Amino acid sequence: MNIIVCVKNVPFTQEVDLALDASRQDIRKDNLVYVINEWDNYAIEEAIRIKEQSGGHVTAVTLGKEADEEVLRRCLAMGADEAIRIEPGNLKPDASMTAAMLAEVVKTLPHDLVLTGVQSDDFNNGITGGLMAERLGLAHAAVVNSIKPSDGKAQITIELEGGQDEMSRIDLPALFAIQTGINEPRYVSIMGIRKAAKKEIKVIQAEALGLPAADLQPDLIMEEIFMPPETEGAEMLQGDAGSLADQIVRIIREKGVSL
Amino acid sequence: MAEILVVAEHRNNELREITLQMLNKASDLGRKNNCEVSVALLGNNTDKLINDLKDRADRVIVYNDQRLQNFNPDDYKEILATLINERKPLITLMGHTPWSLDLAPALAFRTGYPLATDCVDILLDSGKPKVVRQVYSGKIFSRMAFREASGYLITVRGGAFPSSKSFDYQTEIIQVAMPTMAATSRREFIGYQDTCKGEVDITQAELLVSVGRGIGEEDNIEYVKELAGIMGGTLSCSRPIVDKKWLPKYHQVGTSGKSVKPKVYLALGISGAFQHVAGISGAGTVIAVNKDKKAPIFRVAQYGAVADLLNIVAALKGKVQGK
Ligand SMILES: Cc1cc2nc3c(=O)[nH]c(=O)nc-3n(C[C@H](O)[C@H](O)[C@H](O)COP(=O)(O)OP(=O)(O)OC[C@H]3O[C@@H](n4cnc5c(N)ncnc54)[C@H](O)[C@@H]3O)c2cc1C
Ligand SMILES: Nc1ncnc2c1ncn2[C@@H]1O[C@H](COP(=O)(O)O)[C@@H](O)[C@H]1O
Repeated sequence: MNIIVCVKNVPFTQEVDLALDASRQDIRKDNLVYVINEWDNYAIEEAIRIKEQSGGHVTAVTLGKEADEEVLRRCLAMGADEAIRIEPGNLKPDASMTAAMLAEVVKTLPHDLVLTGVQSDDFNNGITGGLMAERLGLAHAAVVNSIKPSDGKAQITIELEGGQDEMSRIDLPALFAIQTGINEPRYVSIMGIRKAAKKEIKVIQAEALGLPAADLQPDLIMEEIFMPPETEGAEMLQGDAGSLADQIVRIIREKGVSL
Repeated sequence: MAEILVVAEHRNNELREITLQMLNKASDLGRKNNCEVSVALLGNNTDKLINDLKDRADRVIVYNDQRLQNFNPDDYKEILATLINERKPLITLMGHTPWSLDLAPALAFRTGYPLATDCVDILLDSGKPKVVRQVYSGKIFSRMAFREASGYLITVRGGAFPSSKSFDYQTEIIQVAMPTMAATSRREFIGYQDTCKGEVDITQAELLVSVGRGIGEEDNIEYVKELAGIMGGTLSCSRPIVDKKWLPKYHQVGTSGKSVKPKVYLALGISGAFQHVAGISGAGTVIAVNKDKKAPIFRVAQYGAVADLLNIVAALKGKVQGK
């Protein structure tokens, strides 16, 4: 089974004060820590588990700058066999361009299964996988939370809303967008990542992909980013933990809950 | 006249709330910009759904067939791509739901129209749409324009717009014959399964003490559970807690968990992702405790405290026990 997994390095933005950059088209990223996109961590883990169970070859692909190779080294440390980075050069890829470039690389590789995450944590488009599937002519399912491959098909469950799953059988090759919780991703040690640093990462220049110019035009043009409106929101309680607890207890009682 | 096409989403013969929310926004845009509002309804035994859509749009375009009873991606993609390519609506609206995660990219590819997903607002500026999206875990907003095109696809976040009441449209119903479809599908439907059944019913609780990833370690769950017990409340959680198997799925609040309606929802270490927040729109009062003063949960809560949740839990235990 040949499995290709698309992984993205994303800035970690919880508990950080984000600032707009001078262009007001993105945030300042120089002080941010990057991590593997949460959904992609589950996708690479799933690929490696399938390989461990039934054999095969796992390739991790990212579209990103040299610094983003970190995410590929992490995948190699987890057990991926091969890693490819597409260098965007001066391009500023949106989801449609990203899908075009990733699909172009996937085309050149043998593949029974292509995995992406459901969404990227920074831009949460949720469509890169679906767009790739169309380009590649692959069967597709979004929000997949279990995969059991057998005999040229895969039995999968697809998460719907409100605690319901759909079970389906899909012909391979197929592309699945992986949902968190499908597995428990393994721990990756610093040592493991260091060892993986010795493995070669293949770099492909975006312009060498031979895509038509229209595919390298964004669908969406960022006009401006801005901070959420300050007007809305909670009344902020003040004080130390004891005083905050007093106020919380008072509010809960006021709202008709007896403690 | 330009057209705004809304793709109706429904389940078990009920329109999903998102459909009414999209119709509200569509009619608002339509009035201000002189556009007609149409609904595409794909289903089986659609009479009730048609009735629920009456007065809310200029027309309902109905495909009624057994094959369309449940969401069937192959047929839906084929029918909607054909419909859009024929009618060329200026804007096509879908809900940002698991349905459209599957449907929307396929339609973008097959119509050649640009697609913006998970939008919280839509503006029309001299006939060209722009959208507002949240990025970086909802901490930043962005306004985006589209490349030049004759039509645009937009998926809308649940709860971004209020639901429509009935309007005064003279609704035309157009029944369209089911086109012949490829007999074979690469996806074979087996069945549905429930994943949220269990011994605790968080939907009936008056007080929910809810934990998110900010809890840090599995061992701390027990500590918060004790607090919930002392307070006579019920423990619930966000998705990562279930993903890590620290609590069973029936504790999960949100789009892929349960919608809850407690008098008070105490959110501890939950950032406020829309998939979570969608599940607490029925809560009376939301009190959020989070270390990050910029956490989006503070935009939906009525009361907030910037603090380490473990300190607050300890203090609450002391207060309630020592009353
Ligand atoms: C299709 C789909 C369906 C989904 N369905 C759901 C769903 O039903 N329910 C759901 O919850 N999510 C759902 N999600 C996931 C959702 O997008 C978020 O990833 C998730 O809600 C984040 O959970 P969290 O807030 O607990 O974690 P995080 O976003 O990681 O937030 C943790 C928060 O804790 C704070 N914190 C950290 N330490 C402390 C401390 N010591 N004290 C106080 N605060 C602290 C941080 O500042 C942060 O704000 C879904 C996603 C997708 C794509
Ligand atoms: N730059 C990228 N490199 C590799 N994979 C990506 C990239 N951007 C998006 N993806 C994949 O597409 C999925 C969905 O991303 P998005 O459509 O941006 O929400 C992610 O989980 C990744 O698997």
